[in-house]
Formats: sequence, structure tokens, C-alpha cells
Amino acid sequence: MKRLVLAFTLIIAPAITPALADALLFVAPAFADAPIEVHLKNHKFSPSVIKVKANKPSMIILYNDDDGADEFDSSSLKIERVVPGHAKANIRVRALAPGKYPFMGEFHAATAQGVVIAE
Amino acid sequence: MISALIIVFREVIEAGLIVGIVLAATTGVPGRERAVASGVVAGILGACLVAGFAGELANLFQGSGQEFFNATILLLAVAMLTWHNVWMASHGREMARELKAAGHQVRTGERTLTALSIVVGVAVLREGSEVVLFLYGIAAQGGTSATGMVAGGGLGLLGGAAVSALMYFGLLKVPAGKLFQVTSGLITLLAAGMAAQAVIFLQNGGLLEFFTDTVWDTSWLIRDDSITGKLLHTLIGYSQAPNGAQLLAYGATVLLILVLMRLVNAPAAGAKHA
Repeated sequence: MKRLVLAFTLIIAPAITPALADALLFVAPAFADAPIEVHLKNHKFSPSVIKVKANKPSMIILYNDDDGADEFDSSSLKIERVVPGHAKANIRVRALAPGKYPFMGEFHAATAQGVVIAE
Repeated sequence: MISALIIVFREVIEAGLIVGIVLAATTGVPGRERAVASGVVAGILGACLVAGFAGELANLFQGSGQEFFNATILLLAVAMLTWHNVWMASHGREMARELKAAGHQVRTGERTLTALSIVVGVAVLREGSEVVLFLYGIAAQGGTSATGMVAGGGLGLLGGAAVSALMYFGLLKVPAGKLFQVTSGLITLLAAGMAAQAVIFLQNGGLLEFFTDTVWDTSWLIRDDSITGKLLHTLIGYSQAPNGAQLLAYGATVLLILVLMRLVNAPAAGAKHA
């Protein structure tokens, strides 16, 4: 698992812009089984669009790179998870029917928005 | 600051509703103000503690500490609410009689008061720890002035208190003879909703991963994240898309409480509860 994460990091490391990192994540469905790393910085999720395989549980590792806490909150995912500043959280996502599942950082909902897409 | 106001208000509503119901359910019981107040104070202290150790807490149980902690305190509240209802079913009438004979019933009353005090404490703890983390976050960032934060937080708190008062005085409109029946019913649904929520936390923690399929979806009608949805979630455990395990926990809790109430009340005539 760690090696996979490392490999993943190495692949996206050359990608300088976050947009490119997002794009790479989109075209890499093979990673749907590995934990998906998501960063929260300046109250924005990156990537903010997370693709997972439908009907399979997945795991999001959320790194809160901000100083303050935030709450990963999604009523459609049934997840409420407080993540203190500069901490990480392992967030289990249940097996999802195909569809879109929006989530937000409740403490900064104006900017911290994202969506899980199960397909 | 408007964001502080909204967040604090949203978090405080849930605890406020529960406090209102508990106050109504303990109408006429001596010492209830102290019980509720100590529940609130203990909840706030606990909330600060939980907020302070949020990172450490989350890291327990392979990163599922927060989920298991929430599930545990919710189930504790469910147990306390069940106990209160069952106790009321067996002593309620007796208590109402003896209360008129000035304070004779205090000791018996205190037993269930402690249970309800714990319920209040748990409600305040759960919502409060988020409020503390949120406010601490804005304070640490320095984006908002301290005055703005205090004002927003204070107004949010007042709003929550108003909801609590509305619930309480609304319930007091219920005729005295029916009041305990109504609060018993409310507490049963409150407990069932908490049990269903506890199941979700356990599932998010990697336990009880069965019956996870959504049974129905009423998000087109009332969304969980709307104010109505939040209120109904607290009061009757509304969920826009409940899964099988949630419904099972909900039904089992209602059934368990009703059966227990029936059992302790069996010698008395014609106990009926809807």
C-alpha cells in the first residue's frame, strides 16, 4: 500500500500545477483501490473531484494542510469527520451506487467543496 | 461574523432541542435545573477536552477513533434515554402523586435526572467540540476580529437557546395529564434516531458493514443538510437515504423501549403507548 502511494506521489510529482495533478488522477482509474489522497489547503480540496469504483468501498486519506480544523461533511456519503489542522484522517467511503456525492468542509463551506463520483 | 453565527447556531440547535425535551420531561422534578446545568457544563468541558485532543482521538483504532468515540457516547445516551423512559413507565404516576407531597420523591427523581443529565452532557459534548474547533480555527487564522467571533458565536448560542426554550414552552402547552406520554414518545424517537446515527459511525469506522444499501431516498423532499432536515434528524432521526442497518437499529430501539415500558408497567391497568 505504502509503495503504491509512493509510486503515485512520484508520478504526480512532476506535475507542477494542481490542475495537471487532477487530470492525472482522472485518467488513472487503477488507483481507485488504493487510498485516495486528498489535501485541504487554503480551505480548498485538491483534488476536488474524486473518482471511485461503483459498488466497492474506498478510502480517502484527507490531509488538512491548513492551520485550523475542518469537518469533512457529506450527507449523501453519510460522513461527518472532524480533521484538526495539520492532521490527516482516514475516511472510509462505503460501496456507492453509481452517481455523484458532493462533500464539503463544513467550517469553510464557501470554498471547501468537492464531489465523489462513483462509476 | 456571520459564518461563526451560522455554524454555532447549527451545532447548538441539536443540543438545544434535547435540553428542551429533557426539561419538559422533568417538569416538576426538584433539582432538574441543577441536573441540566451540570450536564451542559460537563458537556462544554468535555467538548474542550475532545477538541484539544481531536488529533490523538482520531488516531486511535487505526484512524477510526473519532467514529468509535461518537458511536460510544451516542449509545450511552440511548441507554440513558431508555432507562429514563422505562423508569417513567414504572414510577411516573407514583412520582406525580408524591410530588404534591413536597419533595418526598427527590431521591428517586435524582436517579433518572442523572441519566438525563448525561444525555444533555453528551449532546453538548458532540456539538460543542465542533464549535470549539471551528472557533479556535478562526481565532488561530486571525481573519476575523475577536469581537466579531464572540458576537457571532454568542448570537448563535442565543439562537440555540431560543430553540431550546421554544421546544420546552411548546411542550408545556401539552395538557399536564398527557405531558409525560408525549415526552416519553419524543424520547423514544430521540433514542432511536441516536441508535441509527451510532450505526452510521460504526460503519464509517469499519464495523457492522452489512445492510449498507440505501433502502429509500427522500432527499427530493427534505435534504439532510437543510435546517428542516437537521431538526427532524435530531428529533426523530430523519435521514434522507437510510440504509438497512440504520432502519434496523431504529426499529429495534423503538421496539426495545416499548417492550420494556410495557413490561415494567404490566401490573398497572391499560398501559398504552403509541
